[in-house]
Amino acid sequence: MSANLKAIVMPKWGLAMQEGMLAKWHIEEGAEVKPGLEVCDIETSKIANAMEASVAGRVLRRVASEGTMLPVGALLAVVGDSAASAEEVERFIAKFEEEFAAAAEERGAEEPADRKVEVGGRQINYVKLGNAEGAPIILVHGFGADLNSWMFNQPQLAESHTTYALDLPGHGQSDKKVRKGSIEEFADVLAGFMEALGIPRTHLVGQSLGGAIILKLALDHPEKVASLTLISSAGLGEDINMAYVESFIRAAGRKDLKPELEKLFADPSLVSRDMINDVLKYKRMDGVEEVLKAIAGSAFAGGKQSLLLREKLRAIKTPVQVIFGAKDQIIPARHAEGLGGNVKVKVIPEASHMPHMEAAPEVTRLILDMAKQ
Amino acid sequence: MARKLSFRNAINEALAQEMERDSSVILMGEDVSGGTGSPGETDAWGGPLGVTKGLSKRFAKQVLDTPISESGFIGAAIGAAASGLRPVAELMFVDFMGVCFDQIFNQAAKFRYMFGGKATTPVVIRCMIGGGFRAAAQHSQILYNVFTHIPGLKCVVPSSPYEAKGLLTQAIRDDDPVMFFEHKMLYDVEEEVPEGAYTIPFGEANILREGKDVTIVALGRMVMLATQAADALAREGISCEVIDPRTTSPFDADTVLDSVENTGRLVVVDEAHPRCSMATDIAALVAQEAFDALEAPIQMVTAPHTPVPFSPALEDLYLPNADKIASAVRKIRRKAAA
Repeated sequence: MSANLKAIVMPKWGLAMQEGMLAKWHIEEGAEVKPGLEVCDIETSKIANAMEASVAGRVLRRVASEGTMLPVGALLAVVGDSAASAEEVERFIAKFEEEFAAAAEERGAEEPADRKVEVGGRQINYVKLGNAEGAPIILVHGFGADLNSWMFNQPQLAESHTTYALDLPGHGQSDKKVRKGSIEEFADVLAGFMEALGIPRTHLVGQSLGGAIILKLALDHPEKVASLTLISSAGLGEDINMAYVESFIRAAGRKDLKPELEKLFADPSLVSRDMINDVLKYKRMDGVEEVLKAIAGSAFAGGKQSLLLREKLRAIKTPVQVIFGAKDQIIPARHAEGLGGNVKVKVIPEASHMPHMEAAPEVTRLILDMAKQ
Repeated sequence: MARKLSFRNAINEALAQEMERDSSVILMGEDVSGGTGSPGETDAWGGPLGVTKGLSKRFAKQVLDTPISESGFIGAAIGAAASGLRPVAELMFVDFMGVCFDQIFNQAAKFRYMFGGKATTPVVIRCMIGGGFRAAAQHSQILYNVFTHIPGLKCVVPSSPYEAKGLLTQAIRDDDPVMFFEHKMLYDVEEEVPEGAYTIPFGEANILREGKDVTIVALGRMVMLATQAADALAREGISCEVIDPRTTSPFDADTVLDSVENTGRLVVVDEAHPRCSMATDIAALVAQEAFDALEAPIQMVTAPHTPVPFSPALEDLYLPNADKIASAVRKIRRKAAA
């Protein structure tokens, strides 16, 4: 293409996403975009989020209109040099649509990339995305969540890194068995996971309970850890919203669960029916209630976090960053204050406990910055 | 992603996992293994449509082939439930309920009430419902509405493999008599189903599509058709909320009423005949409780008030389908602002 034309397409956020709705454009035709600039809002059946450009250039044509549902990979806009003629843009669109339609027929048989590995007698489910040299990135979710909570981050991280997201024991598609449900137990499982997959050293990213788990692993096995990104992390102070933990465990139906999930987001409208249904599907599995109670009883005994690693963080040699949502309703953002040492701290104003979802592009960029060091 | 399972195998897996978990769970009915006991022949059938295939070998002591006497083995299952077992009895086609109805509506349904709450009857009666199978008038009816009318029975109408496994597991663990209605045209439908056991509580509707213009309430196989209609209508700019009540008794009135409060419009889809049905029941509920929210007449998409035809051409005309549902929605849609 002489005019250097590039496509902006419907992203794929998570394995289950097949289509998304273009909710709102943030750019006009004629505007300049560059990587990192928000292009539009995309709504999936699970969640809505802003999509950032991954290419630079002038917006020559907004192909998709607001309110339309489009399959993953469909053309949203054409970007390129302002010198491009209308005919060139038309030809580009026609060629793209033709190739997209042809590829759609092949996509039918595509298999999702998740698999299982045995760690200490338990089947651990994980998704591997990307294939790059160097230390990979491992993503560790929080209490009651699963690997899908990284759906906005993992595909972008995988463009430059090998990435793994796993389901902790008792979560997602992993075996619904824990021994004590302690952070120490999960840290051992994570070390076993790395061993089973032959990963000697990795960048670790953990959210909430997952943060305490990776921090514990880094303290026990500093040689295994290239960097730490602690998101809304446990382990940095005593406080935990125990009313949330208990209500989350107790909630049996949609009406009870919804107000709890809404606490995880600064913008509660992000909690969709599908997100609630997915969590309910998980909570209805045999063994899950026992697992969640065991974790709560072990990690949050008496309504306080039991494993406090804050002081040890000062001495740690591994590069560490701490990310919190200023509006966190589960673990207060002030746990990010006064950490000292070489800890890099970022507090995101418009986020609660899930900044990696609510401010996905920014958190993804912070993870990448860390992994580049 | 979890592996995919057919509706048929989702039911088979729920039965297997519950028999494995609890030896008081037993399975009985005509041809549930089929041929067991005759020389050289075991598990010949696994039920008329193969739902229980393989179970008689794995659970030899828990799977009983019964004589062709619904009044006999349904009564036996209810008695066994009242005295400590958790039987799952297969009535085969719901159309055969006539010969064992006393055992169900005047015995099982009444025990807890008549014995002052001291008796429980944890029996599940599975049966096949619905048309489209070219099986004519005596093997194609819906009839869940008849059982829904009777206090003391819980009535479950699963709409997909995931739903079937979780609802059947819940049914087996429930201490009351549960009628479980399997639409025979769903048996080959596949979707992701978790490998482990899980339960879906009774009396909580599932919302499959969120929408603001029209509420569609559908049951059993009609749920799939309603979502197809909703997706087609979405392309026309009509936004439908699709609700699957999952259980007709108990019934999640709140979810239906909340939705109609938002949309002001209701289409009920029910494969049963149009009179004294779930369609009329839900329409009456909404007319009574949400009248002020209604902005258009309630629409019912149902089969006509005739027996199910054997002629394939007539049967196709007889059954509700996605086009009929979409037409009903278009009839009452909110007119776009000019």
